Amino acid sequence: MIRHLLAVATALMVSTAATAEEIRVAVTTSFENSGLSQILLPAIREDTGLDVQLLVVGTGQALRLGQAGDVDAILVHSRKAEEAFVAEGSGTYRREIMYNDFVIVGPEDDPAGIAQAATAAEALQKIVAEKPAFVSRGDDSGTHKKELALWSAAGLDPAAFDPWYRAVGAGMGASLNTAAGLDAYILADRASWLNFGNKAGLALLFSGDPALFNQYAFIPVNPEKHAHVRNDLAVRLENWLTGAHAQDLINTYTIGGETLFTFNAKPE
Amino acid sequence: MVSTVLPLKLDEVFVRRRGKRLIGPVTAELGPGRLTMILGPNGSGKTTLLRVMHGVERLSDGQVTWAVPQTEAQHHQAYVFQTPIMLRRTVADNLRYPLQLVGAPTAEITEKVEKWGARIGLQDRMKLQATRLSGGEKQKLALARALIRDPQVLFLDEPCASLDGASTRDIESLLTGALSAGTRIIMTTHDLGQARRLAQDVIFMLHGTIREQGAAPGVFDAPSCAELAAFLRGDIIA
Amino acid sequence: MSDIYDGLISAFWLMVTLDPELMQISLRSLQVSLTALMIASAIALPLGTFLAIRRFRYRRLTISLLNALMGLPPVVVGLIVYILLSRSGPFGVLGLLFTPTAMIIAQVVIITPLIASVTHQAMRELWAEYHDLLISLNTSQGQRIRTLIWDGRRNLLTAALAGFGRAIGEVGAIMIVGGNIENATRVLTTAIALETGKGDFALALALGFVLITLAIGINIAIHWLSRTESEGRW
Repeated sequence: MIRHLLAVATALMVSTAATAEEIRVAVTTSFENSGLSQILLPAIREDTGLDVQLLVVGTGQALRLGQAGDVDAILVHSRKAEEAFVAEGSGTYRREIMYNDFVIVGPEDDPAGIAQAATAAEALQKIVAEKPAFVSRGDDSGTHKKELALWSAAGLDPAAFDPWYRAVGAGMGASLNTAAGLDAYILADRASWLNFGNKAGLALLFSGDPALFNQYAFIPVNPEKHAHVRNDLAVRLENWLTGAHAQDLINTYTIGGETLFTFNAKPE
Repeated sequence: MVSTVLPLKLDEVFVRRRGKRLIGPVTAELGPGRLTMILGPNGSGKTTLLRVMHGVERLSDGQVTWAVPQTEAQHHQAYVFQTPIMLRRTVADNLRYPLQLVGAPTAEITEKVEKWGARIGLQDRMKLQATRLSGGEKQKLALARALIRDPQVLFLDEPCASLDGASTRDIESLLTGALSAGTRIIMTTHDLGQARRLAQDVIFMLHGTIREQGAAPGVFDAPSCAELAAFLRGDIIA
Repeated sequence: MSDIYDGLISAFWLMVTLDPELMQISLRSLQVSLTALMIASAIALPLGTFLAIRRFRYRRLTISLLNALMGLPPVVVGLIVYILLSRSGPFGVLGLLFTPTAMIIAQVVIITPLIASVTHQAMRELWAEYHDLLISLNTSQGQRIRTLIWDGRRNLLTAALAGFGRAIGEVGAIMIVGGNIENATRVLTTAIALETGKGDFALALALGFVLITLAIGINIAIHWLSRTESEGRW
């Protein structure tokens, strides 16, 4: 019997041979959940020969992976943290690629009445006045950071909120699942929301305030800090992401007829 | 069979466990060619004495010596336990096991396994799991497995306790067979009838010491110590 | 309820159409967990047997340690392996993080104590049963271990299968050290976590059913192999 198992194991081991040139990129859950990567990755492979291995994590963890040199580049959406990342020498520079926007999702009957709000700040103030259940990512991700920035811009401090504010410490999808279960309000990126399959009693209630724009930036990990990172591949990927083919694919990507991303990379 | 390992000598042997004396002092010499029956009431130290002789019980004091070094003597002994220990294998594989351990040639193994399987009447059930045999069959198999390496000395600890008459008769006939082939047998029993039927030599144990040693049937007819006389009458002795 | 029904239907279609992505993920799951199982068994079976028959000074401590390690949450194992294998960690130069090898390492760490502990329990019982006979037959240490392993092989198989079950169903550690990279380190459990995250419960459930089918299939296959094996020696 042991011989059988060994034969199986050997066969399995042999089947894991390396293929094309591989580059590891840490991306945020919101990017992966949007479904855009499914469009971009095959095109990248065809145009550049690069096999992009995506590590789908929160922005906080993506930055840690970059600091440790465990990935070759990161694609995240939290400007302050990104600038700090570059300033400390972990990344070479920050290159903006595209943006999408955040939306506030909540129970269809909208008990806090945020659908009528004029600004994101007003919407949040309405929520605090009504104190319905609110789910926060609470995982140090870009979305979480954005949410905290929005509270603070509205002159509010989540730390003082009653138990109705639930920091779940999970990814976008898991948090949306929680919100659906609790009939709670939640800040989500539009792409994740549109692609989310378990909407239950939730609906998109507020969007459109420029304060909710969500800028994605590409940062190659600094090869001076980590000699093994494939900076050459990262640059090749960056050139593609900021090029015409990417622009076309990003701007024409829709879910249910809605455009999700706006390409805004500036030519060098 | 020519005995090379005997005589077995016990010199001032003590076995103590947790501060309690199990046997001792025991001094004895066992020569070749006979069946020695160790008698005595429960707790008198029969089993411990048997295990000491076989070398599987640690001595607290004294010495056990054979005519050859201990490790060599070990190869020429076999031991049958009161509750037979069956390997979780087939009948044939149980018989085969002691021979495999010493690296016997395959042809010899096959021949002996077949011979002993037939001798204990299990020739038709050689492929049966040994653990599924009845109590009497298990004990017969254990005895055959002990004899298959042709030991010069065979120890048996109450081999027929809890067996029915038929199985007891089979075991006893195997023992007389081994005896006439020259195997030295040292055993314990509770069964005075069995003692009278088989014993050529008797060791009477009481409170961890040998109270009387002598040849049968003399020792049965005229025991010299009062306790043995009482034991043979069937009295309870404490 | 409709989620479960949809899940069953999707699972059925994914399996009968031999969906290439599903095949790839399932094969990787098997590859990682079977490799981990073999390495762990090679360590744990002799170790557990050894602990059952040998008395040595730190035996009790070793057994307690084993039992404690058995209860270690996989996430913690994953985190530790992650830190060790990270480029900034002590074994970073090997470049193993986010590869199937890293997942195998994590799973070996998780299931070795389990297999060793179950082995130890089973072997201790068998050794108590065999002790007097094997001593009396003047067996060597090696002969004893071989006899126990052979005669206890069904128990050891159970131990190994328990380890396999834990390995293939584990998600916390391999998510951290493997990274759930599509076409590279995505396995059934991490794919399930991903689909759940996307709110696609039907697909997640379908993958779950595939996982269960796979686990049961392997169990049956191994039991069948062990039953049809020819009467062995030892």
